Amino acid sequence: MSYLQDLYQEIILDHNKRPRNCGKLDCATCQANGYNPLCGDKITIYLRLEGDRVQECTFEGNGCAISTASASLMTEIIKGKTIDEVKELFERFHDLVTGQEELDELKTGLGKLQALAGVREFPMRVKCATLAWHTLNAALRSEETPVSTE
Amino acid sequence: MVPSESALAVPGLDANTIPLDVYRIREDFPLLKREVHGKPLVYLDNAATTQKPQAVLDALMEAYSGYYSNIHRGVHWLSQQATTAHEQARRKVKEFLNARHEREIVFTRNATESINLVASSYGRAFLREGDEILISALEHHANIVPWQLIGEEKGLKLRVIPMNDAGELLLDEYPRMLTEKTKFVALSHLSNALGTINPVKEMIRQAHERGIPVLVDGAQSAPHLKVDVRDLDCDFFVFSGHKLFGPTGIGVLFGKEKWLDRMPPYQGGGDMIHYVSFEKTYFNEIPYKFEAGTPHIAGAIGLGAAIDYVRAIGMDAIAAHEHELLEYATQVVSQYPEVRIVGTAKNKAGVLSFLIGEIHPHDIGTILDQEGVAIRTGHHCAQPVMDRLGIPATARASFAFYNTKEEIDILGKSIQKVLEVFR
Repeated sequence: MSYLQDLYQEIILDHNKRPRNCGKLDCATCQANGYNPLCGDKITIYLRLEGDRVQECTFEGNGCAISTASASLMTEIIKGKTIDEVKELFERFHDLVTGQEELDELKTGLGKLQALAGVREFPMRVKCATLAWHTLNAALRSEETPVSTE
Repeated sequence: MVPSESALAVPGLDANTIPLDVYRIREDFPLLKREVHGKPLVYLDNAATTQKPQAVLDALMEAYSGYYSNIHRGVHWLSQQATTAHEQARRKVKEFLNARHEREIVFTRNATESINLVASSYGRAFLREGDEILISALEHHANIVPWQLIGEEKGLKLRVIPMNDAGELLLDEYPRMLTEKTKFVALSHLSNALGTINPVKEMIRQAHERGIPVLVDGAQSAPHLKVDVRDLDCDFFVFSGHKLFGPTGIGVLFGKEKWLDRMPPYQGGGDMIHYVSFEKTYFNEIPYKFEAGTPHIAGAIGLGAAIDYVRAIGMDAIAAHEHELLEYATQVVSQYPEVRIVGTAKNKAGVLSFLIGEIHPHDIGTILDQEGVAIRTGHHCAQPVMDRLGIPATARASFAFYNTKEEIDILGKSIQKVLEVFR
């Protein structure tokens, strides 16, 4: 049960139940759609950039607890960060959930995102945790084609 | 209403059906003895693929270590042995489906390839621009996409028999959709996503009244119900070996001789020819015309062993046991008010699709897996079914004859666990 408790931590369940920054952002400067064909998760990320800084980020869609909580946490943490900072954060987050690095090396600066470290024990769920981030990347590149985790 | 299907075992109704001994049967399946995450495996993903009995594993081993060789062309002893075993497997398939002749049995990779073969070959020969193909709202992607591909090439229109919220086809609509433009009907026998058993015998009769041939996708029905292609009178019937307790990579296309004879080859190569010159090639007779290249020899032999195995148990006994499991599982999961069963057709086989409150099926699947319970979550390659029901996905438990009521109790307790995690 302990791996499961690590995966479905209180903060994950909370962000799944009450996702933050959920909804359409009318004043978005860019947006992108993401899709995970494995489980049918769909997400749209809306971004309002000023210069190279993220002023606002929201998301819409439906997905599992991991994917919803990850999206919710992401929209909180990237607010106010520059595009370069966001990209660096994604790389570190990716390492966190895929188990690329020792946990202790990664934890600094990841804040609440650490709650998703439990995903590394569930390789089938990595795509759930990273869908929002991949879609965010696409929005930053202002791609028009939907991204897919496949 | 549609009369009862004599081609189907009406589960549990045949008083002569001898109940199967599930605990003895489980001994035949090495994989069922293993543990997952420190718990006994409860394998409830049989609609995706099935586990293999020792008899099938032995047949594969024997084929490769005892008499393996290429078939049909060799004059040497091994080749004759392998050819005999391969063609014996074809005879077993013929008997299993009650086809008229082995000529009507084409070996393919799987049900998907069988449908692609028909769509491509029948489509090229017989379908013209403006023709309509009729499928149902319950189809697996395998019985949608091949028709879209040939449809695009030939300018065909794909029409869809609608279904109700329970997952039953609207049989009043169906005859009205059979028009003079309808040139082919392709129907799922048993829905992989919802478990609905479609009354294909009656639907075939109605199509035939208008001279329209019918393909039945039996990927889910062949392993779980008694199938008689002569009684159904279907023009084509397809299934996969791996869902019938046989190896992967081997599937079957049954086709009436009158069609297979007139259909052009699907692929070109060795074995499918009678005579080749650079000017002209004369094709082999059926079924070899449709079997280009060295086939999955051991796979066919393994499938033959799987057919022997299920026939020894008896398809009626299998259908009755699985029906009992479905009814029991329906009761067990219904104890939880949060559980909603998706697919409540009156005539249903061993597939239980469900949702738990607002919890995403993917989360359900992960938690059940930690309890050793293997189920499938997602759209089950039937996205149009999910769209029709307005849901992105379901959790699906699907049963085989080796499953027990104790396993369903474990499924029930695991659902409790899901509710605890997401309380």
